[in-house]
Amino acid sequence: MSRSSIRTTILKGFKIGILLILTFLYISPILFMVVGSLKPDERVMADSGSLKAFVPAEASFQNYVDVFERVNLGRFMLNSIVITGSIVLIGLLINSMAGYAFARLRWKGRDVLFMGVAALMILPFESIAAPLFFQITRLGWRDTYLAQILPFIANAMSIYLFYSFFIGMPRQLEEAARIDGAGVFRTFAQIIVPNAKPVFATVAIVTFLMYWGFFLWPLMITSGEAVRPLPVAIATFRTLPPLKWGDIMAFGVMMVAPVLGLFLLFQKWFVKGVAQSGIKG
Amino acid sequence: MHIKKILNIRQTQSESLGGWLMSLPAVLGLALFMAFPFLLAIGLSFTNLRMGSPLPTRFIGFEAYQRVLTDPSFLRALMNNGLFALIVVPLQTVLALGLALFLNQKFKGIMFFRTLFFMPVVFPLSLVSVVWILMYAPGADGMINAFLQFISFGQISPQDFLHNPYLALPAIMLCSIWQGVGFQMVILLAGLQSIPDVLYEAAEIDRANQWQKFVHVTLPQLRNPLIFTALVTTILAFRVFDQVEIMTQGGPNGASTTVMYETVQTIFNRQQVGQSSAMTVIFFILVLVITLVQRSAAKQEREIE
Repeated sequence: MSRSSIRTTILKGFKIGILLILTFLYISPILFMVVGSLKPDERVMADSGSLKAFVPAEASFQNYVDVFERVNLGRFMLNSIVITGSIVLIGLLINSMAGYAFARLRWKGRDVLFMGVAALMILPFESIAAPLFFQITRLGWRDTYLAQILPFIANAMSIYLFYSFFIGMPRQLEEAARIDGAGVFRTFAQIIVPNAKPVFATVAIVTFLMYWGFFLWPLMITSGEAVRPLPVAIATFRTLPPLKWGDIMAFGVMMVAPVLGLFLLFQKWFVKGVAQSGIKG
Repeated sequence: MHIKKILNIRQTQSESLGGWLMSLPAVLGLALFMAFPFLLAIGLSFTNLRMGSPLPTRFIGFEAYQRVLTDPSFLRALMNNGLFALIVVPLQTVLALGLALFLNQKFKGIMFFRTLFFMPVVFPLSLVSVVWILMYAPGADGMINAFLQFISFGQISPQDFLHNPYLALPAIMLCSIWQGVGFQMVILLAGLQSIPDVLYEAAEIDRANQWQKFVHVTLPQLRNPLIFTALVTTILAFRVFDQVEIMTQGGPNGASTTVMYETVQTIFNRQQVGQSSAMTVIFFILVLVITLVQRSAAKQEREIE
């Protein structure tokens, strides 16, 4: 081996070493949670100060059973699915239509309205949380699905993502349909939508991530279990006596598992979606 | 010709109607649940409105703002958010850039590492907060305490991170960085991959070394993604709520309180709609200023090129 190749080998080893340490540090919270969820409760805390925290000794699914016995996890899961599902699906429909109207149709008032939509993009939810809370309370919508769905369907960011995708599509696509006498809606449904799968996927993933983990609003607007979603439920579960970390970790795993599954399946899309929403925003 | 003209007119008419109809649901939703509450916030911030209070609502001018801006706990919150941004933004950006550079190379198993470092982005912050509470457990048994003791050869004594006024906020910062760095990494990685190879080839002809290539090619090419991710992270730093609510409730003694935490407390526990609206407006102005400053920075950089 020549001298320079020895040097590159050492450098390579060094790099791999750093990567492995970083990986370990980075992955440990996840590993800790998953392993902890499989352990008898008293071992979770006791093992957490040593490498045993990452070894699933005496593994069993007892904690998972416990969670179902202690709280109505199915209910919270259903709530999360109904709320996030509605926001994503109805949102895809109306935001894509709006994006199309702004990008491809000529109509009076379009430019003014679009400027308004673009301006709303910089308005973070946090800066309307307090007045919205007041507004929803006045309407008598506290503790409902409606209060957790309706305000979040229309989304300025999604409209903008659709807009910038549609504006780049070739004109010829819809011209043929128009000459055949198809109306605006039919052109949209039959020509535009099938050709815009990537942007639909992007918007779906970004909105899904945003609302699956939504904590602030449901915390403010719900008080009972009936309509409470998972993120609030796990925070409450942690403070529910008796404190059992094994159960809490099992709750956490069940809460994130569906998302992780989706993530691993559609990984490419997740990364693309996040990167794209970043670049466009 | 004639027929085409008629077709055109009919098309414009249907476009006109279609445009309105298609944008109506979204525009209505945004107007009712974004624009209206925002205007409401501005209006209410000039009143003394309290929820459930029998007293009549009065116009009180800038009094609510005066109260908020002289309220020590709100000022503390503002300072904490500033500190959060000041520390987390550079730290997280450098870390994300490092990871992105690392993962921009070609080696076996690269997909595994990319997946790994992006994974926490799909973790809800409330879950992350709950798991990290256990990791920050006080006493030598706590994971982070044990780790610190191990790497310092026993020099660092066990801490009660979340109840220590000097450590509560940094503890929240650390877990936020862990969760958020993947997001920045992905955007920077996309930026790295769009840098044309020709630039590096040209630099090689000029005999630039690794470091020179990084400073003169990579960094200038990454300007806009870097400014964008810094912008997003700064704004996120001002929006911090979940971790605070779950891990520390703003404590101990306001050491980890944030603007959003104070705003929610004000409306939620004290029912003071007027004052929380004033906080809301101040919060928005802050975000707006950050956005404008960083946007103009991005623009200037572009003009230099």
